Amino acid sequence: MALDTDKREFKIVGTRPLRPDGIDKVTGRALYGADTTAPGMLVGRVLRSPHAHARIVSIDASAAEALQGVKAVITAADFTTANNSHSQAVLDNCMARGKAMYHGHGVAAVAAVSEAIAKQALKLIKVDYEILPHVTEIEDALKPDAPVLYPDKPAKRVPEGTPANVSHVTHFGHGDLEAGFAKADKIIERTFRTEATHQGYIEPHACLASVSPDGKGDLWCCTQGHYNVRALCADFMGMDASQLRVTASEIGGGFGGKTTVFIEPIALALSRKANKPVKLVMSREEVFKASGPTMSSVTDVKIGMTKDGRITAGYANLRYQCGAFPSGTIELGAMSAFAAYDLDAVKTDGLNVMTNRPREAAYRAPGAPTAVYPVESVVDELCQELGLDPLDVRLKNAARKGTKASYGPTFDDIGLVATLEAAKAHPHYSAPLGPNQARGVSCGFWFNFGGNTSVSLAVNVDGTVTLTEGNPDIGGSRASIGMMAAEELGIPFDKVRTLVADTASLGFNDVTDGSRVTFAVGLATIKAARDAIQKMCARVAKIWDIDPEAVVWEDGCVKPAGDNAGQYEPMSLAEIAAISVKTGGPIAGHHEVNADGAGVSFGVHLADVEVDPETGHTSVVRYTVFQDAGKAVHPAYVEGQMQGGAVQGIGWALNEEYIYGADGRLQNAGFLDYRIPVASDLPPIDTVILEIPNPGHPYGVRGVGETPIVPPLAALNNAVSRAIGVRMSALPMSPPRILKAIKG
Amino acid sequence: MRYVAAETVEQAVALLAGETGDARVLAGGTDLLVQIRMDLIEPDLLVDIKRIDGMFDITPENGGYRIGAAVSGAMLGEHAGVCALWPGVVEGFELIGSTQVQGRATMAGNLCNASPAGDAVPALVAANATVRIAGPDGTRDCAVADIPVAPGKTSLGKGEFITSVYLPARSDSAADAYLRFIPRTEMDIAVASAAVSLEMEGDICRAARVVLGAVGPTILIADQAAKTLVGTTMDDAALDALATACSDLASPIDDKRGTVEFRKDVVGVLAKRAAKIAQTRAGGKS
Repeated sequence: MALDTDKREFKIVGTRPLRPDGIDKVTGRALYGADTTAPGMLVGRVLRSPHAHARIVSIDASAAEALQGVKAVITAADFTTANNSHSQAVLDNCMARGKAMYHGHGVAAVAAVSEAIAKQALKLIKVDYEILPHVTEIEDALKPDAPVLYPDKPAKRVPEGTPANVSHVTHFGHGDLEAGFAKADKIIERTFRTEATHQGYIEPHACLASVSPDGKGDLWCCTQGHYNVRALCADFMGMDASQLRVTASEIGGGFGGKTTVFIEPIALALSRKANKPVKLVMSREEVFKASGPTMSSVTDVKIGMTKDGRITAGYANLRYQCGAFPSGTIELGAMSAFAAYDLDAVKTDGLNVMTNRPREAAYRAPGAPTAVYPVESVVDELCQELGLDPLDVRLKNAARKGTKASYGPTFDDIGLVATLEAAKAHPHYSAPLGPNQARGVSCGFWFNFGGNTSVSLAVNVDGTVTLTEGNPDIGGSRASIGMMAAEELGIPFDKVRTLVADTASLGFNDVTDGSRVTFAVGLATIKAARDAIQKMCARVAKIWDIDPEAVVWEDGCVKPAGDNAGQYEPMSLAEIAAISVKTGGPIAGHHEVNADGAGVSFGVHLADVEVDPETGHTSVVRYTVFQDAGKAVHPAYVEGQMQGGAVQGIGWALNEEYIYGADGRLQNAGFLDYRIPVASDLPPIDTVILEIPNPGHPYGVRGVGETPIVPPLAALNNAVSRAIGVRMSALPMSPPRILKAIKG
Repeated sequence: MRYVAAETVEQAVALLAGETGDARVLAGGTDLLVQIRMDLIEPDLLVDIKRIDGMFDITPENGGYRIGAAVSGAMLGEHAGVCALWPGVVEGFELIGSTQVQGRATMAGNLCNASPAGDAVPALVAANATVRIAGPDGTRDCAVADIPVAPGKTSLGKGEFITSVYLPARSDSAADAYLRFIPRTEMDIAVASAAVSLEMEGDICRAARVVLGAVGPTILIADQAAKTLVGTTMDDAALDALATACSDLASPIDDKRGTVEFRKDVVGVLAKRAAKIAQTRAGGKS
């Protein structure tokens, strides 16, 4: 669906109305995953592997089952085989089948009348483990003598000779690298490392499942995509999708980590076995041990540059660690690495390697931050070595309309150059720096998704509108979608209420991922509104007894047009709605689409840091985010996304990391030792929104949620490296690492 | 698990002494309840001491202050007398947890948690503070330094609990300071810490006590390091000597919170910086 050709003046889009979920969230009225209850509800708990890698020889649950108050015990044997290998991996990650693949992997679960009994029951389950050698680090997992996770299941689409733990291999690029490097005046080659991080959502995974003896099921859960939950769970339970209704709760953060299932199938299986509703809520420790961290990575980068700052060639070899199950995230990384540059010669090779760690889950721009970080760090080092301005160099090499992207396609209208120019002109870029301070720059990129979307829009008789969509609101989508409906219909925003429907009440919707919702659901909403408008026009034409083509929709009213212009009083939506039930019945619009044309998004971040030379402690003293939003529907939410992404990236860069012991056990499964930034760690994050319309959306909207987590890793790395006079090449840049680098 | 809110010291002692299972004292509960929630401990009995008379009192005594075992960080931080006399003790205590935790957390609790990283402890030891202990054999006083014996272990006997902390008197030209290193700015646990208590005479340091946290199995009293300051004007040479002595004394471990090398370096930096702060505070008073 293309950009509207008429240059319109927006009345509502671009304003900042109060958020529709605000009161509920600040008063505690909002219902999150753990807030739903049912009569007779049982408490579910999961028994988790204490070992990093172990064969499950046997599970004896008889003592647990005999304990008074225990109503069900389940293992992997209580599920069917999934209908494809991807879904099977999702299921096996929920509940170990034959082997525990990582520390914290679920092996059995109980449902009991109280939490105390459930906990006691877990202790009574006897699991006989045969401990196997484990591997948690990338380079170890790639060694020829590494413990192999799936000796009986070699990866299918990898070349012969690929190490056994590699699940995916990928290559992108074009041009003659050798010739490119030959033209360079300076070539820098460096290896970079990042540690696995967690999405860090405040709300732990939580659900309530209720399965009746006749096979009908209901599931209430905290998720980014309840249609996906339905598809997976119905498959694992051997149920028809129509018999399982999934309702998404309010969500306390997801960031990609709630795009799959972890406990939902377990709660359903327990409920079916116990014939009672079962509530299952993860503890924070379980969230860290058994739900979605992102990958760790090791990347070699080689970039050549001329004295005047033209990049002549770029190469990256990326190795991503994806936990105990196959993953293809490496593709997104290999595609993103050089996306900001217009290059004649560029190549990326990548692989995903499996280890005895929790299965990697999507995390905000999955694959991109760890790919862009090494590239942007080497570009900065080249600028420093050649005495060039880092923004000038990026402008000189920037991808623009017509650039053949490093990953294949040719870019349409994109906002990178405008974003770089805005950063250069901003007072932040020329502000003086104090002692031990330095400034870092990085670009960032995300593809943005579209995807399958259904929207239904009911025109109520009182002139209000109820909009039903099927994507959990993780970043203000109810506001932005309602605003687009109000804009299109010419009614005030507060006359529209946007609800997230359950899976039984609306057609299919893809998961809330890829920054797709404001774009795709917005697009479908505009189409649904136009559908309703068309029906209202037809209705009024009938009332006036003129041709449907002889009326127009203008300023929220149906007006007579052409020969009939001025002959009838225009009728507003409210007037049409008031008599709708007497003039032909209810009026509603709907639209179903697999939306294309999401439009990529670029951002540029400026970070000023101060490093304490005696302790290696880094303070972020100033931070500004510049990003192309296409069209910012609700700018406050757009700014919130830009700030939130920056903050998560700052955490990734400075202190967040999964720490494993030699025994393969996770050592920091909690917010005390897994250090996300707290408010006092951060300066105000300034934001500058640019609006280069996306040609693929009627209003020009682009997704904005993911791009902002991409640049902070390199922006911080470049700032810290310049502040201490030593190039850093591993994240997190925790104080011990920085102090060690300072001391040489 | 049973919960009893004791009304008197005697009742609390009797309950604690009489329990055959795991009995725990509940004051603020900011460690205890977390440990229960994390399934680290499963007590059979919780004895809440907050209803016992005097537990929330801060009372002047011989020029110092006696502080009830249930006095929270928020309460102590609002007490002008204690803040003026022992600013380092108050600042250490106030570093623990969030604003909400500060409303409940107690110094006695932090001491009995017996973590070498407890933020309230080094400055109390530097202050030569004592605690009053009630138990089946009556009441006794004990140096704060003698309470923790190993990570998670105290010298308290069966049925004993701390009823108050005593901060002694000191001269007008004395002051203290506490600093810890954390990777963030708050809501964290010390990777290394240092408390310094000084007595100045003009520009000259007449007495010093230096205590290090999180760089050994218990807090470390750095008497040799403290001597580097005594008799000096606390010039750069003296402060560098202090830092070196602290780094040399530290015997930390490598763990998820920091390396041996890092902790030894940083504890010296913290001691030096804390000494400067204490020096400034002492000067400001005279």
